[in-house]
Amino acid sequence: MNFLSLAAPAANGEAAGGASFPPFDPWHFPSQLFWLAILFGILYLALSRFILPKLGGVIENREDTIADSLDEAARLNEQSKEAKQQQDLALAEARGKARDTAEKAREKVEAEIAAETAKVDAELGERLADAEARIQTLRNNAMSNVEQIATSATQAMLGRLGVTVTEADARQAVARNTQQEG
Amino acid sequence: MNLSFHQMADPMSQFEVKKLFELQIGGIDLSFTNAAFYMLLGVSLIIVFFGLAASRGKLIPSRSQSIAEIGYGFVANMVRSTAGEEGLKFFPFVFTLFFFVFFANMIGMVPYAFTTTSHIVVTGALALLVISIVIIYGLYKNGLKFFKLFAPSGAPFFIYLILVPIEVISFIARPVTLALRLFANMLAGHIMLKLFATFAAQLFAAALAGTALLGVVGVLAFAMGIAINALELLVAGLQAYIFAILTCVYLNDALHPSH
Repeated sequence: MNFLSLAAPAANGEAAGGASFPPFDPWHFPSQLFWLAILFGILYLALSRFILPKLGGVIENREDTIADSLDEAARLNEQSKEAKQQQDLALAEARGKARDTAEKAREKVEAEIAAETAKVDAELGERLADAEARIQTLRNNAMSNVEQIATSATQAMLGRLGVTVTEADARQAVARNTQQEG
Repeated sequence: MNLSFHQMADPMSQFEVKKLFELQIGGIDLSFTNAAFYMLLGVSLIIVFFGLAASRGKLIPSRSQSIAEIGYGFVANMVRSTAGEEGLKFFPFVFTLFFFVFFANMIGMVPYAFTTTSHIVVTGALALLVISIVIIYGLYKNGLKFFKLFAPSGAPFFIYLILVPIEVISFIARPVTLALRLFANMLAGHIMLKLFATFAAQLFAAALAGTALLGVVGVLAFAMGIAINALELLVAGLQAYIFAILTCVYLNDALHPSH
Protein backbone atom coordinates (compact mmCIF):
# COMPACT_ATOMS: atom_id res chain seq x y z
CA MET A 1 0.00 0.00 0.00
CA ASN A 2 1.31 3.34 -0.96
CA PHE A 3 -0.02 5.80 1.55
CA LEU A 4 1.86 8.56 -0.17
CA SER A 5 -0.26 8.26 -3.29
CA LEU A 6 -2.14 11.32 -2.10
CA ALA A 7 0.93 13.33 -2.98
CA ALA A 8 1.51 11.43 -6.19
CA PRO A 9 -0.07 12.62 -9.45
CA ALA A 10 -3.58 11.33 -10.14
CA ALA A 11 -2.60 9.49 -13.27
CA ASN A 12 0.01 7.57 -11.34
CA GLY A 13 -2.52 6.41 -8.75
CA GLU A 14 -4.95 5.32 -11.40
CA ALA A 15 -2.36 3.47 -13.35
CA ALA A 16 -0.96 1.76 -10.29
CA GLY A 17 -4.39 0.20 -9.70
CA GLY A 18 -4.35 -2.28 -6.83
CA ALA A 19 -1.12 -1.00 -5.45
CA SER A 20 -2.53 2.44 -4.56
CA PHE A 21 -4.73 3.33 -1.61
CA PRO A 22 -8.10 4.20 -3.17
CA PRO A 23 -9.43 6.54 -0.46
CA PHE A 24 -6.37 8.80 -0.89
CA ASP A 25 -6.51 8.66 -4.67
CA PRO A 26 -7.35 12.24 -5.61
CA TRP A 27 -8.82 11.78 -9.10
CA HIS A 28 -12.29 11.05 -7.72
CA PHE A 29 -12.30 13.78 -5.07
CA PRO A 30 -14.15 16.37 -7.18
CA SER A 31 -16.66 13.78 -8.34
CA GLN A 32 -17.24 12.52 -4.79
CA LEU A 33 -17.70 16.04 -3.43
CA PHE A 34 -19.96 16.99 -6.33
CA TRP A 35 -22.31 14.06 -5.90
CA LEU A 36 -22.18 14.28 -2.12
CA ALA A 37 -23.20 17.94 -2.24
CA ILE A 38 -26.05 17.25 -4.64
CA LEU A 39 -27.39 14.13 -2.94
CA PHE A 40 -26.94 15.38 0.62
CA GLY A 41 -28.59 18.63 -0.41
CA ILE A 42 -31.53 16.83 -2.00
CA LEU A 43 -31.89 14.60 1.05
CA TYR A 44 -31.76 17.59 3.40
CA LEU A 45 -34.36 19.49 1.40
CA ALA A 46 -36.66 16.51 1.06
CA LEU A 47 -36.44 15.72 4.76
CA SER A 48 -36.57 19.23 6.20
CA ARG A 49 -39.21 20.61 3.80
CA PHE A 50 -41.58 17.74 3.30
CA ILE A 51 -40.97 14.52 5.17
CA LEU A 52 -39.97 15.53 8.70
CA PRO A 53 -42.71 18.18 9.21
CA LYS A 54 -45.29 15.68 8.03
CA LEU A 55 -43.92 12.87 10.18
CA GLY A 56 -43.75 15.22 13.16
CA GLY A 57 -47.33 16.26 12.42
CA VAL A 58 -48.45 12.64 12.38
CA ILE A 59 -46.80 12.01 15.75
CA GLU A 60 -48.21 15.20 17.22
CA ASN A 61 -51.64 14.39 15.84
CA ARG A 62 -51.50 11.02 17.54
CA GLU A 63 -50.45 12.57 20.84
CA ASP A 64 -53.29 15.09 20.54
CA THR A 65 -55.76 12.32 19.79
CA ILE A 66 -54.59 10.33 22.78
CA ALA A 67 -54.79 13.39 25.04
CA ASP A 68 -58.27 14.18 23.70
CA SER A 69 -59.41 10.63 24.26
CA LEU A 70 -58.09 10.72 27.82
CA ASP A 71 -59.90 13.99 28.44
CA GLU A 72 -63.08 12.54 26.98
CA ALA A 73 -62.71 9.47 29.18
CA ALA A 74 -62.21 11.65 32.26
CA ARG A 75 -65.28 13.68 31.32
CA LEU A 76 -67.41 10.57 30.86
CA ASN A 77 -66.13 9.20 34.13
CA GLU A 78 -67.13 12.43 35.86
CA GLN A 79 -70.52 12.23 34.20
CA SER A 80 -71.08 8.67 35.32
CA LYS A 81 -70.08 9.62 38.86
CA GLU A 82 -72.61 12.45 38.79
CA ALA A 83 -75.28 10.13 37.46
CA LYS A 84 -74.52 7.66 40.21
CA GLN A 85 -74.82 10.40 42.80
CA GLN A 86 -78.14 11.46 41.38
CA GLN A 87 -79.34 7.92 41.37
CA ASP A 88 -78.30 7.50 44.98
CA LEU A 89 -80.22 10.65 45.83
CA ALA A 90 -83.31 9.45 43.99
CA LEU A 91 -83.02 6.10 45.68
CA ALA A 92 -82.83 7.71 49.13
CA GLU A 93 -85.83 9.88 48.30
CA ALA A 94 -87.84 6.92 47.11
CA ARG A 95 -86.90 5.01 50.23
CA GLY A 96 -88.05 7.92 52.41
CA LYS A 97 -91.31 8.15 50.52
CA ALA A 98 -91.89 4.46 50.90
CA ARG A 99 -91.26 4.72 54.63
CA ASP A 100 -93.75 7.60 54.88
CA THR A 101 -96.39 5.69 52.97
CA ALA A 102 -95.94 2.67 55.17
CA GLU A 103 -96.14 4.84 58.29
CA LYS A 104 -99.30 6.53 57.07
CA ALA A 105 -100.92 3.20 56.22
CA ARG A 106 -100.02 1.87 59.63
CA GLU A 107 -101.50 4.92 61.34
CA LYS A 108 -104.66 4.64 59.33
CA VAL A 109 -105.09 0.98 60.18
CA GLU A 110 -104.41 1.67 63.85
CA ALA A 111 -107.01 4.43 63.86
CA GLU A 112 -109.54 2.11 62.23
CA ILE A 113 -108.80 -0.58 64.74
CA ALA A 114 -109.21 1.89 67.60
CA ALA A 115 -112.51 3.16 66.21
CA GLU A 116 -113.80 -0.36 65.71
CA THR A 117 -112.72 -1.34 69.22
CA ALA A 118 -114.41 1.73 70.70
CA LYS A 119 -117.61 0.96 68.80
CA VAL A 120 -117.59 -2.64 69.91
CA ASP A 121 -116.81 -1.58 73.48
CA ALA A 122 -119.69 0.89 73.48
CA GLU A 123 -122.05 -1.73 72.10
CA LEU A 124 -120.93 -4.23 74.67
CA GLY A 125 -121.33 -1.66 77.46
CA GLU A 126 -124.84 -0.91 76.26
CA ARG A 127 -125.78 -4.55 76.19
CA LEU A 128 -124.22 -5.05 79.61
CA ALA A 129 -126.20 -2.15 81.00
CA ASP A 130 -129.38 -3.58 79.47
CA ALA A 131 -128.70 -6.91 80.94
CA GLU A 132 -127.95 -5.43 84.35
CA ALA A 133 -131.14 -3.40 84.21
CA ARG A 134 -133.08 -6.52 83.33
CA ILE A 135 -131.46 -8.46 86.16
CA GLN A 136 -132.31 -5.63 88.52
CA THR A 137 -135.95 -5.65 87.43
CA LEU A 138 -136.13 -9.39 87.67
CA ARG A 139 -134.63 -9.26 91.15
CA ASN A 140 -136.93 -6.49 92.24
CA ASN A 141 -139.86 -8.43 90.92
CA ALA A 142 -138.59 -11.54 92.66
CA MET A 143 -138.04 -9.62 95.88
CA SER A 144 -141.55 -8.15 95.79
CA ASN A 145 -142.96 -11.59 95.10
CA VAL A 146 -141.01 -12.96 98.08
CA GLU A 147 -142.45 -10.17 100.31
CA GLN A 148 -145.91 -10.96 99.03
CA ILE A 149 -145.47 -14.65 99.76
CA ALA A 150 -143.96 -13.92 103.19
CA THR A 151 -146.78 -11.51 104.03
CA SER A 152 -149.51 -13.92 102.97
CA ALA A 153 -147.67 -16.77 104.67
CA THR A 154 -147.41 -14.71 107.88
CA GLN A 155 -151.10 -13.86 107.70
CA ALA A 156 -151.96 -17.51 107.13
CA MET A 157 -149.76 -18.77 109.95
CA LEU A 158 -151.10 -16.16 112.36
CA GLY A 159 -154.66 -16.98 111.17
CA ARG A 160 -154.07 -20.59 112.14
CA LEU A 161 -152.95 -19.43 115.54
CA GLY A 162 -156.07 -17.39 115.86
CA VAL A 163 -154.55 -13.98 115.58
CA THR A 164 -155.89 -11.84 112.89
CA VAL A 165 -153.59 -9.24 111.52
CA THR A 166 -154.11 -6.85 108.73
CA GLU A 167 -152.18 -7.25 105.56
CA ALA A 168 -150.40 -3.99 106.18
CA ASP A 169 -149.19 -5.07 109.66
CA ALA A 170 -147.96 -8.40 108.31
CA ARG A 171 -146.11 -6.61 105.55
CA GLN A 172 -144.56 -4.24 108.07
CA ALA A 173 -143.40 -7.12 110.21
CA VAL A 174 -141.95 -8.98 107.23
CA ALA A 175 -140.21 -5.85 106.03
CA ARG A 176 -138.78 -5.31 109.55
CA ASN A 177 -137.49 -8.86 109.74
CA THR A 178 -136.04 -9.01 106.28
CA GLN A 179 -134.40 -5.64 106.85
CA GLN A 180 -132.88 -6.93 110.16
CA GLU A 181 -131.58 -10.04 108.39
CA GLY A 182 -130.44 -8.12 105.45
CA MET B 1 -3.99 -20.04 -9.24
CA ASN B 2 -1.58 -17.80 -7.43
CA LEU B 3 -2.82 -14.87 -9.45
CA SER B 4 -6.47 -15.44 -8.63
CA PHE B 5 -5.60 -15.71 -4.96
CA HIS B 6 -3.78 -12.44 -5.22
CA GLN B 7 -6.75 -10.72 -6.80
CA MET B 8 -9.15 -12.16 -4.29
CA ALA B 9 -6.92 -11.30 -1.37
CA ASP B 10 -6.47 -7.64 -2.24
CA PRO B 11 -8.54 -5.98 0.47
CA MET B 12 -8.24 -2.54 -1.11
CA SER B 13 -10.11 -3.25 -4.33
CA GLN B 14 -13.43 -2.86 -2.54
CA PHE B 15 -12.65 0.82 -1.99
CA GLU B 16 -11.85 1.55 -5.61
CA VAL B 17 -13.94 4.19 -7.25
CA LYS B 18 -15.02 3.26 -10.76
CA LYS B 19 -16.69 5.48 -13.31
CA LEU B 20 -20.15 4.46 -14.39
CA PHE B 21 -20.90 7.54 -16.55
CA GLU B 22 -18.35 10.02 -17.75
CA LEU B 23 -19.12 13.61 -16.80
CA GLN B 24 -16.79 16.56 -17.26
CA ILE B 25 -17.74 20.09 -16.33
CA GLY B 26 -15.21 22.85 -16.96
CA GLY B 27 -12.40 20.35 -17.23
CA ILE B 28 -13.20 18.85 -13.82
CA ASP B 29 -13.95 15.14 -13.69
CA LEU B 30 -17.41 14.85 -12.07
CA SER B 31 -18.18 11.37 -13.36
CA PHE B 32 -21.04 9.39 -11.85
CA THR B 33 -19.16 6.63 -10.05
CA ASN B 34 -20.03 3.54 -8.07
CA ALA B 35 -19.52 5.69 -4.96
CA ALA B 36 -22.09 8.17 -6.23
CA PHE B 37 -24.42 5.31 -7.12
CA TYR B 38 -24.41 3.87 -3.61
CA MET B 39 -24.81 7.36 -2.19
CA LEU B 40 -27.83 7.80 -4.45
CA LEU B 41 -29.15 4.41 -3.34
CA GLY B 42 -28.87 5.38 0.34
CA VAL B 43 -30.52 8.75 -0.21
CA SER B 44 -33.33 7.15 -2.24
CA LEU B 45 -33.93 4.50 0.42
CA ILE B 46 -34.14 7.16 3.15
CA ILE B 47 -36.54 9.29 1.12
CA VAL B 48 -38.72 6.32 0.16
CA PHE B 49 -38.78 4.84 3.67
CA PHE B 50 -39.48 8.04 5.59
CA GLY B 51 -41.54 9.51 2.76
CA LEU B 52 -43.90 6.53 2.77
CA ALA B 53 -44.17 6.61 6.55
CA ALA B 54 -44.93 10.34 6.48
CA SER B 55 -47.35 10.30 3.55
CA ARG B 56 -49.38 7.37 4.88
CA GLY B 57 -49.25 8.91 8.35
CA LYS B 58 -51.81 6.63 9.93
CA LEU B 59 -53.08 7.26 13.43
CA ILE B 60 -52.38 3.65 14.29
CA PRO B 61 -49.01 3.15 12.63
CA SER B 62 -47.96 0.19 10.54
CA ARG B 63 -44.69 -1.52 11.42
CA SER B 64 -42.57 0.46 8.98
CA GLN B 65 -44.25 3.71 10.03
CA SER B 66 -43.57 2.78 13.64
CA ILE B 67 -39.89 2.26 12.86
CA ALA B 68 -39.72 5.59 11.00
CA GLU B 69 -41.35 7.32 13.98
CA ILE B 70 -38.94 5.66 16.36
CA GLY B 71 -36.09 7.01 14.20
CA TYR B 72 -37.68 10.45 14.34
CA GLY B 73 -38.06 10.31 18.12
CA PHE B 74 -34.57 8.89 18.56
CA VAL B 75 -32.87 11.75 16.71
CA ALA B 76 -35.19 14.35 18.24
CA ASN B 77 -34.35 13.11 21.74
CA MET B 78 -30.66 13.04 20.92
CA VAL B 79 -30.77 16.68 19.77
CA ARG B 80 -32.94 17.79 22.69
CA SER B 81 -30.83 16.09 25.35
CA THR B 82 -27.46 17.33 24.07
CA ALA B 83 -28.25 20.72 22.54
CA GLY B 84 -31.43 21.66 24.39
CA GLU B 85 -34.75 22.89 22.98
CA GLU B 86 -32.99 25.57 20.90
CA GLY B 87 -30.99 22.81 19.25
CA LEU B 88 -34.18 21.52 17.65
CA LYS B 89 -33.78 24.04 14.82
CA PHE B 90 -30.90 21.84 13.72
CA PHE B 91 -33.02 18.71 14.04
CA PRO B 92 -33.53 18.26 10.25
CA PHE B 93 -29.80 18.65 9.69
CA VAL B 94 -28.82 16.14 12.38
CA PHE B 95 -31.54 13.79 11.16
CA THR B 96 -30.23 14.00 7.58
CA LEU B 97 -26.66 13.51 8.76
CA PHE B 98 -27.45 10.57 11.00
CA PHE B 99 -29.51 8.65 8.49
CA PHE B 100 -27.18 9.49 5.59
CA VAL B 101 -24.26 7.99 7.49
CA PHE B 102 -26.36 5.17 8.95
CA PHE B 103 -27.70 4.04 5.58
CA ALA B 104 -24.28 4.38 3.96
CA ASN B 105 -22.73 2.21 6.68
CA MET B 106 -25.51 -0.37 6.55
CA ILE B 107 -25.49 -0.58 2.75
CA GLY B 108 -21.76 -1.09 3.07
CA MET B 109 -22.42 -4.22 5.13
CA VAL B 110 -24.04 -5.89 2.12
CA PRO B 111 -21.41 -7.98 0.32
CA TYR B 112 -20.10 -6.39 -2.91
CA ALA B 113 -21.70 -3.07 -2.01
CA PHE B 114 -19.59 0.07 -1.86
CA THR B 115 -19.24 1.87 1.45
CA THR B 116 -19.41 5.59 0.75
CA THR B 117 -18.36 6.46 4.29
CA SER B 118 -15.09 4.56 3.87
CA HIS B 119 -13.75 7.52 1.89
CA ILE B 120 -12.09 10.35 3.75
CA VAL B 121 -13.33 12.88 1.20
CA VAL B 122 -16.91 12.10 2.11
CA THR B 123 -16.46 11.97 5.88
CA GLY B 124 -14.15 14.99 5.72
CA ALA B 125 -16.71 16.99 3.75
CA LEU B 126 -19.44 16.08 6.24
CA ALA B 127 -17.21 16.99 9.18
CA LEU B 128 -16.28 20.32 7.58
CA LEU B 129 -19.96 20.98 6.92
CA VAL B 130 -20.73 20.38 10.59
CA ILE B 131 -17.91 22.56 11.88
CA SER B 132 -18.73 25.33 9.36
CA ILE B 133 -22.30 25.39 10.62
CA VAL B 134 -21.03 25.49 14.21
CA ILE B 135 -18.68 28.41 13.50
CA ILE B 136 -21.03 30.40 11.28
CA TYR B 137 -24.07 29.93 13.47
CA GLY B 138 -22.02 30.48 16.64
CA LEU B 139 -20.69 33.81 15.33
CA TYR B 140 -24.10 34.82 13.96
CA LYS B 141 -25.91 34.11 17.22
CA ASN B 142 -23.33 35.09 19.83
CA GLY B 143 -21.06 37.48 17.95
CA LEU B 144 -17.62 37.71 19.52
CA LYS B 145 -18.89 35.99 22.66
CA PHE B 146 -18.57 32.83 20.63
CA PHE B 147 -14.83 32.93 21.34
CA LYS B 148 -15.58 32.44 25.04
CA LEU B 149 -15.64 28.85 23.94
CA PHE B 150 -11.84 28.96 24.00
CA ALA B 151 -11.64 30.66 27.40
CA PRO B 152 -13.98 29.12 29.96
CA SER B 153 -14.65 31.63 32.72
CA GLY B 154 -13.52 31.19 36.30
CA ALA B 155 -9.85 30.28 35.81
CA PRO B 156 -6.91 32.40 37.04
CA PHE B 157 -5.15 34.52 34.40
CA PHE B 158 -1.99 32.50 33.97
CA ILE B 159 -4.04 29.31 33.44
CA TYR B 160 -5.52 30.92 30.32
CA LEU B 161 -2.04 31.02 28.78
CA ILE B 162 -2.18 27.24 28.71
CA LEU B 163 -5.93 26.75 28.51
CA VAL B 164 -6.65 28.87 25.44
CA PRO B 165 -4.15 27.11 23.14
CA ILE B 166 -5.42 23.73 24.34
CA GLU B 167 -9.02 24.73 23.66
CA VAL B 168 -8.11 26.10 20.23
CA ILE B 169 -6.26 22.94 19.31
CA SER B 170 -9.07 20.74 20.56
CA PHE B 171 -11.53 22.80 18.53
CA ILE B 172 -9.44 22.44 15.40
CA ALA B 173 -9.06 18.75 16.09
CA ARG B 174 -12.83 18.30 16.14
CA PRO B 175 -13.50 18.12 12.39
CA VAL B 176 -10.34 16.09 11.91
CA THR B 177 -11.28 13.48 14.49
CA LEU B 178 -14.91 13.52 13.39
CA ALA B 179 -13.90 12.71 9.83
CA LEU B 180 -11.11 10.29 10.71
CA ARG B 181 -13.11 8.30 13.27
CA LEU B 182 -15.86 7.38 10.82
CA PHE B 183 -13.50 6.89 7.90
CA ALA B 184 -11.02 4.73 9.81
CA ASN B 185 -13.71 2.62 11.45
CA MET B 186 -15.43 1.81 8.19
CA LEU B 187 -12.16 1.29 6.32
CA ALA B 188 -10.57 -0.96 8.94
CA GLY B 189 -13.75 -2.94 9.46
CA HIS B 190 -14.19 -3.66 5.79
CA ILE B 191 -10.54 -4.59 5.37
CA MET B 192 -10.89 -7.05 8.24
CA LEU B 193 -14.07 -8.51 6.79
CA LYS B 194 -12.46 -8.91 3.40
CA LEU B 195 -9.30 -10.42 4.88
CA PHE B 196 -11.09 -13.04 6.94
CA ALA B 197 -13.51 -13.90 4.15
CA THR B 198 -10.74 -14.35 1.56
CA PHE B 199 -8.60 -16.16 4.10
CA ALA B 200 -11.42 -18.62 4.77
CA ALA B 201 -12.03 -19.05 1.04
CA GLN B 202 -8.35 -19.70 0.35
CA LEU B 203 -8.10 -22.20 3.19
CA PHE B 204 -11.20 -24.06 2.02
CA ALA B 205 -9.74 -24.13 -1.49
CA ALA B 206 -6.49 -25.51 -0.12
CA ALA B 207 -8.41 -28.10 1.89
CA LEU B 208 -10.26 -29.20 -1.22
CA ALA B 209 -6.97 -29.37 -3.05
CA GLY B 210 -5.74 -31.94 -0.53
CA THR B 211 -4.41 -30.34 2.65
CA ALA B 212 -7.37 -31.33 4.83
CA LEU B 213 -5.93 -29.84 8.01
CA LEU B 214 -6.15 -26.34 6.52
CA GLY B 215 -9.92 -26.81 6.34
CA VAL B 216 -10.07 -26.71 10.15
CA VAL B 217 -8.25 -23.40 10.17
CA GLY B 218 -10.60 -22.32 7.41
CA VAL B 219 -13.60 -23.03 9.62
CA LEU B 220 -12.00 -20.91 12.37
CA ALA B 221 -11.38 -18.08 9.91
CA PHE B 222 -14.96 -18.36 8.67
CA ALA B 223 -16.32 -18.22 12.24
CA MET B 224 -14.13 -15.22 12.90
CA GLY B 225 -15.50 -13.61 9.74
CA ILE B 226 -19.05 -14.09 11.02
CA ALA B 227 -18.12 -12.63 14.40
CA ILE B 228 -16.50 -9.62 12.75
CA ASN B 229 -19.57 -9.22 10.58
CA ALA B 230 -21.69 -8.92 13.71
CA LEU B 231 -19.19 -6.52 15.23
CA GLU B 232 -19.18 -4.42 12.06
CA LEU B 233 -22.96 -4.20 12.10
CA LEU B 234 -22.67 -2.78 15.59
CA VAL B 235 -19.89 -0.42 14.52
CA ALA B 236 -21.91 0.73 11.50
CA GLY B 237 -24.79 1.79 13.73
CA LEU B 238 -22.58 3.08 16.50
CA GLN B 239 -20.42 5.25 14.25
CA ALA B 240 -23.47 6.88 12.72
CA TYR B 241 -24.73 7.55 16.25
CA ILE B 242 -21.37 8.94 17.38
CA PHE B 243 -21.15 11.17 14.32
CA ALA B 244 -24.64 12.54 14.97
CA ILE B 245 -24.28 12.99 18.71
CA LEU B 246 -20.89 14.73 18.39
CA THR B 247 -22.54 17.03 15.87
CA CYS B 248 -25.15 17.79 18.52
CA VAL B 249 -22.47 18.42 21.12
CA TYR B 250 -20.63 20.83 18.80
CA LEU B 251 -23.89 22.56 17.89
CA ASN B 252 -24.55 22.94 21.60
CA ASP B 253 -21.26 24.86 21.81
CA ALA B 254 -22.49 27.17 19.07
CA LEU B 255 -25.77 27.69 20.93
CA HIS B 256 -24.28 28.09 24.41
CA PRO B 257 -20.58 28.94 24.02
CA SER B 258 -19.91 29.84 27.67
CA HIS B 259 -20.46 26.23 28.79
